[in-house]
Amino acid sequence: MTTIDLGVPGLGPSGLAGVPALAEGETLTRKDFAPGNEVRWCPGCGDYAVLAAVQAFLPDLGLRRENIVFVSGIGCSSRFPFYLDTFGVHSIHGRAPAFATGLATARPDLNVWVVTGDGDALSIGAGHLLHTLRRNVNLTILLFNNRIYGLTKGQYSPTSESGKLTKSTPAGSVDAPFNPVSLALGAEATFVARTLDSDRKHLTEVLGAAARHRGTALVEIYQNCPIFNDGAFDVLKDSEESQARLVRLRAGEPVTFGGPDGTANAVVARRDGGGVEVISSEFAAAQGLAPIVHDPAADDPAAAFALSRLDDVTLSHVPVGIFRNVSRPTYDDLVRAQVDGAVSAAGGPAGDSALAALLGGADTWTVD
Amino acid sequence: MSSQTTTIAPISNGAHHPASAVRGVDHVVIRFAGDSGDGMQLTGDRFTAETAALGNDIATLPNFPAEIRAPAGTLPGVSSFQLHFADHEVLTPGDAPDVLVAMNPAALKANLGDVRRGGTIIIDTDAFTRRNLTKVGYATDPLTDGSLESYDVHRVPLTALTVEALADLALGRKDAERSKNMFALGLLSWLYSRPTDGTRRYLETKFAQRPHILAANLRAFEAGWAFGETTETFAVRYEIAPAPAKAGRYRNITGNVALSYGLVVAAQQAGLRLVLGSYPITPASDVLHTLSGLKRFGVTTLQTEDEIAGIGAALGAAYGGALGVTTTSGPGLSLKSEMLGLAVALELPLILCDIQRGGPSTGLPTKTEQSDLLQAMFGRHGEAPLPVIAAASPTDCFDIAIEAVRIAVTYRTPVILLSDGYLANGSEPWRLPDVTLLPRVDPGFAAAPTDPEAPVFRPFDRDPETLARPWALPGTAGLEHRIGGLEKADGTGEISYDADNHDRMVRLRQAKIDGVSVPDLGVDDPTGDADLLVLGWGSTYGPVAAAVRDARAAGRQVARAHLRHLNPFPVNLGAVLRRYPQVLVPEMNLGQLALLLRARYLVDVVSHTSVRGQPFASGDLLNVITAMTSPSPQARLGYDLSSGVN
Repeated sequence: MTTIDLGVPGLGPSGLAGVPALAEGETLTRKDFAPGNEVRWCPGCGDYAVLAAVQAFLPDLGLRRENIVFVSGIGCSSRFPFYLDTFGVHSIHGRAPAFATGLATARPDLNVWVVTGDGDALSIGAGHLLHTLRRNVNLTILLFNNRIYGLTKGQYSPTSESGKLTKSTPAGSVDAPFNPVSLALGAEATFVARTLDSDRKHLTEVLGAAARHRGTALVEIYQNCPIFNDGAFDVLKDSEESQARLVRLRAGEPVTFGGPDGTANAVVARRDGGGVEVISSEFAAAQGLAPIVHDPAADDPAAAFALSRLDDVTLSHVPVGIFRNVSRPTYDDLVRAQVDGAVSAAGGPAGDSALAALLGGADTWTVD
Repeated sequence: MSSQTTTIAPISNGAHHPASAVRGVDHVVIRFAGDSGDGMQLTGDRFTAETAALGNDIATLPNFPAEIRAPAGTLPGVSSFQLHFADHEVLTPGDAPDVLVAMNPAALKANLGDVRRGGTIIIDTDAFTRRNLTKVGYATDPLTDGSLESYDVHRVPLTALTVEALADLALGRKDAERSKNMFALGLLSWLYSRPTDGTRRYLETKFAQRPHILAANLRAFEAGWAFGETTETFAVRYEIAPAPAKAGRYRNITGNVALSYGLVVAAQQAGLRLVLGSYPITPASDVLHTLSGLKRFGVTTLQTEDEIAGIGAALGAAYGGALGVTTTSGPGLSLKSEMLGLAVALELPLILCDIQRGGPSTGLPTKTEQSDLLQAMFGRHGEAPLPVIAAASPTDCFDIAIEAVRIAVTYRTPVILLSDGYLANGSEPWRLPDVTLLPRVDPGFAAAPTDPEAPVFRPFDRDPETLARPWALPGTAGLEHRIGGLEKADGTGEISYDADNHDRMVRLRQAKIDGVSVPDLGVDDPTGDADLLVLGWGSTYGPVAAAVRDARAAGRQVARAHLRHLNPFPVNLGAVLRRYPQVLVPEMNLGQLALLLRARYLVDVVSHTSVRGQPFASGDLLNVITAMTSPSPQARLGYDLSSGVN
């Protein structure tokens, strides 16, 4: 096999490259992204907070509104596109990544988002999610994880904790749950992050980085379902509890947490066997153990994966932030480069004579 | 002895043996048969190309197992290629071979039953070892036990002759033996007076990087020709004059390649980028292969993770303003049905090409059938109508692809294009069209509103004539809108659960498809007083036409018509059906079109069916037509129409 130098043009760092920006001096506000229709989520649903954050954040991208497309699957969160005054498609269960892959490949001038949930992305659509991450299509995927099926009224999901009592598991779920971040890292994702519906500032920061990442950016958003799984993430929202549990990942900084007001009384250190563990700052100091320094740009995803394994269903330690953010050629850029390269190598778009030559092939005969 | 001159170039400088007489014949059916690894498909392809170049009309029928290399010498491993060529119009690959080339006992055993009594059988005697005979259950050697007495058998030690011809090329015995298909091709090329330049050029191109393989193939090919010329094995060689054909430039083409080219041309003519989303599946994969090599024409091919993603990506591309296409066969059609429903709901152009094969389930992957018609028509939940069209012949795959694009783009709808394994792999001469004269369709994308005070865009306002909605592309300022699979309010496209609105939208979607403009059905009824109409669809075109031709030659008055549009049907179909006292509908399924016709038109058509993985034999159809047009009522009743092929 010979390796072909694809000579991919314009592989800039930004996922927004090629998407038309607003004219100089032109700006949009959150109101421009609110279509003014009635939002139909349940009162108290975490989706409201995410919607508000996204509507407020989109103007920051400086893009023309008509060049933004939100594609979703099926589920409560998948109603999201209806509440944004951009282009939007509410597709079918689990298949939004497939639809978005075709769209993003056909249209490099669009900023394409996928909105999905834990059932949509990790159950019925798990295959598409994994292959989209593997291919690294230029998309931003918002995975709303509430660990329950909401729209079908309360069955357990592929992220529900084992033993969960739901309508379809009266004796407790016997399924082992997925950890979406671990799964994405295993699927060769180039950008993986986690954030919380209730932390507007953190959510906005993560969204900004995700949108600007060229390639598939997966953002898991822990999101509360007040009807069927209320309070699932309360310990991460309580100001005291959260200090002991939330591990905020910051590029280039030691991974520490646990103290009041951002101080640390615990560190994340390497453990024999390749993983990481949480130890008290005191113990670390006594043993001379340094906290690991977070490097989302590391080529090797092993450290990011180890961090993702700190999380468990009891939420005792939950890393949030950007686990991984590396650059790799995107699928859609490569596909377009092959086509554009072939067209330009042939001297430009095909005309009638090129078509006639194609149809004729190599072996023709003439009847007079 | 005829002394007609032909375009055959002498291939050997050896002395021309004067013993062989040359006899003109009007048609021949040849079947090459051997192990899957014997190169029979290539041999058949090359013989076809030589024959096409000579100007004979042709139809071909490759037939191969689903296994790539079943155990050597066994019956399941037999691969064959049949071609029918003539000095007149050829409509089918032929019912019974006149000539069988059998490269081993398995090939003989699997194919002998089809060969016409008195036909010619050319056998590689080297493969008729005790072991190979036992493998396929021959208790005695058919070469010596008299069982082939009613055939004209030519025993040729093909393998040994090939090895001998390549003796000085320093090839291993195995490598040398692999060229025996070229020896057979050379021999048959001599026997049927085929031109050889094309095969030489083909080999020179194919093996340009491997000179020793090229040398071996050329040498074997020449040795086969020389063998025919210099031995007395064959007393007669044959010539088949060119068939009369319309003036023009021709090539030979398979259905799958013609389909691919039709899609490319239609996209180009419409100014649309072609985006194919596809998952490999037999017998559709050749469309993916062909299109993936046409990037120079702006064609994008995405080999996706599964069938659903294939149609999903195509629909996403269509939403973005590309010509979205997905290709598949039966099992894939099942998987794609939910996304087809979304395409119906979104009302976006999309082409689904279903290259049908034997079903249900995995069924007969490499064999042909027409049994997806009802799934294409109705295989979606809810009321989800869409246009269905079907190719009639390998070359019609080109035209039907252009027709699919016209309908999809004009009416903003998914279209199912039905082909089948026979059309996909079969080939025939194709008179090249003038691309500048082919139909063009204007995508007519919705324009950005010029008035800044323009009212909010209504994505489900319809064209009053076609009922098509706007194709409103992302990136167009002022057209921002949200749509999806939930029911939409008429006009605005907002989510609506209103009862009246749903009733209206269901009927609007149906009315749009019912109103697709379809050409009237043409009827071939030379005398105008036939009392039997034979109505075909899809790949029954050839066998039906051949059978009707033969019936007329025998003095029967028969009318014939062929449906390319299955949904909606041509407007005049009901009137045509009612015009004839008897209507015969032959199908390679258990009567799916017949069911539709009876339901739609209350006409009691006669269903004649065959599900053997092979196209209809025209002789079988002729028997049915003969019975149905017999002047004796007894003969008519004597034919049990409820049964399939006997």
